[in-house]
Amino acid sequence: MYFLKRIAFIVPLLLLISFLAFLLLKLAPGGPFDQERAPASEAIRKNIEAKYHLNEPTWKQYLRYLGLMWERDVASGELQRVNGGLIVGDFGPSYKYRDHSVNDIIAQALPVSLTLGLLAFVFVQCVGIPLGFYTAVRRGQLGDHVGSFFAVLVVCIPALVVAPVLITLFAIKWQWFPPALWGTPWHVVLPVVALGLFFAGKVARLMREGLLNTLQSEFITTARAKGLSEAKILWKHAFRLAVLPVVSYSGPLLADLLTGSFVVEAAFQIPGIGVFMVNSMLNRDYPMTVGLVILYAVLLLVLNLVVDFSYSLLDPRVRYD
Amino acid sequence: MIDEGPHVMTPANAAGMFIRAEHLSPGQRAWRRFTRNKLAVISLCFIAVLVAIVLLAPWLSPYQPNDVSDAQFEKPNAQHWFGTDVNGRDLLARTLAGARVSLLVGAVGTGVSLIIGVLWGSIAGYTGGRTDEFMMRFVDILYALPSIIFVIVLITSLEDIVKKFAGTTAFGVSVRLLFLFVGLGAVSWLTMARIVRGQVLSLRERPFVMASRSLGATHARVIFQHILPNTLGVIIVYLTLTVPSVILYESFLSYLGLGIQPPMASWGSLLAEGARQINPVRIYWWLLVFPCVTLVVTLLALNFIGDGLRDAFDPRSDRA
Repeated sequence: MYFLKRIAFIVPLLLLISFLAFLLLKLAPGGPFDQERAPASEAIRKNIEAKYHLNEPTWKQYLRYLGLMWERDVASGELQRVNGGLIVGDFGPSYKYRDHSVNDIIAQALPVSLTLGLLAFVFVQCVGIPLGFYTAVRRGQLGDHVGSFFAVLVVCIPALVVAPVLITLFAIKWQWFPPALWGTPWHVVLPVVALGLFFAGKVARLMREGLLNTLQSEFITTARAKGLSEAKILWKHAFRLAVLPVVSYSGPLLADLLTGSFVVEAAFQIPGIGVFMVNSMLNRDYPMTVGLVILYAVLLLVLNLVVDFSYSLLDPRVRYD
Repeated sequence: MIDEGPHVMTPANAAGMFIRAEHLSPGQRAWRRFTRNKLAVISLCFIAVLVAIVLLAPWLSPYQPNDVSDAQFEKPNAQHWFGTDVNGRDLLARTLAGARVSLLVGAVGTGVSLIIGVLWGSIAGYTGGRTDEFMMRFVDILYALPSIIFVIVLITSLEDIVKKFAGTTAFGVSVRLLFLFVGLGAVSWLTMARIVRGQVLSLRERPFVMASRSLGATHARVIFQHILPNTLGVIIVYLTLTVPSVILYESFLSYLGLGIQPPMASWGSLLAEGARQINPVRIYWWLLVFPCVTLVVTLLALNFIGDGLRDAFDPRSDRA
């Protein structure tokens, strides 16, 4: 019941989010065609604006974007819905790349970002969880100090440093991996590391924290008193609860990773969606920005739902009524 | 968590601690626990020294950060300890100038996020009911919007206003800088609001709040005098985590060209410049290494301070 309610809420939330994004961009000064050659005459400028309906009030433009606009047909005089729009899954034309629709661009760039993001996510979990687990179990020993220091260190180095350093060392100096572009499995390695390292450190810290907290709780003492083996306590009892902070962090993290990273994509010249996200905002490419924001919001809302659902699976004390 | 020294509970010192603990305020006890963490104390000293050097840099360094010279791309040497960049500017002077901007960004941005987040969270949590529901749903919606969109809109629209009124004078530049700092704070208050709200929600049901109310205290007095001091520990801990993230966010903006405008420098813009100079022919490693190391060491120090504070304010840490 609780989850049905949450699912039902997604659509109005998305509408609100898309409207906010639309409004915010409209509030910013400048228009989508500012960076192009100035139109030869006022009439041409007006024509361009009329073609993209930029001369209409914002609410009308937004309704048009949603596909909830009815207009009188010039020939027949009948009232009919304007074609396209969000309700039929059409994100509209891109103002910047005028031969392409936003759907085209997303269809081209999203698979790349999805692959990269998913691999980076796997990398993050495969490095972060074991590292956090290990440092928590070895608390106060040398292994903990080294591991924890590494985790803090990578949290302090942003991708915009990691990416050029990786390129300098592994691609230019030793030439183990290609420095840029996308295609073969070899192209994937460096971007995945550059994208994932920072988050791996965060996950390791969350995991360590979670496990240390869980190991202090009373049911662990009970389990020890029962004479259970340490391995069984750690894996069977402690881990499920200790991993909860990581799980709740992973929802937004995955949404972030899947929608691409500007820094990594720009550094490795990867044709993903992260670059479009930032550029479309800078270019005031309204349909593109709103489309990408909606994409991100859908991912985030759905993944948060998944996170909350998995909570009830992992922690027997959590129930949603 | 680094265990410092022998804390064996002999009956004698256990009793001593107990008696002493009677006279200490929670703040004093937290401070005592904090100073036991050597790494955190060293980090605090480091930050203090860094701030001092950064403030005194214009008098200490023979070079000014924006002075152009013919010594292009010089390796680190006796004259230029950190080397020089593409315009022959001394990298040490620029790194210190960048430190000033980055530390200021961290401080102001975090301050703004503190004010908004604490006010929002405490009002939502204290009022409860419909208002709480509405305010927190608003936070949820903002969470789902990429924060970069706010920053871009804020910076570009304010930039226009600044240009109109102040032009490119020194005043205009500093106003723009201020807006950048405030804007960064304005997008990083969401988690703070959630944390504070959660705390306030449980605190407002406590007897001491009821007592204060029945004595006729106003809502504002209850919030600021009785509830917020109790959430101080959590807030301080989260603050020390916000500072690094704001500094990193500024570096991302500088990388996009939206942050600090040249010839000014921040750590982020220095890194972006260094990254741009990477090419297969020659590697100017010092352009990347020195700003990067100072950034990383500072962030490490802030992280260790955060860890130390968290342990200091964690009521369970005495038990262990």
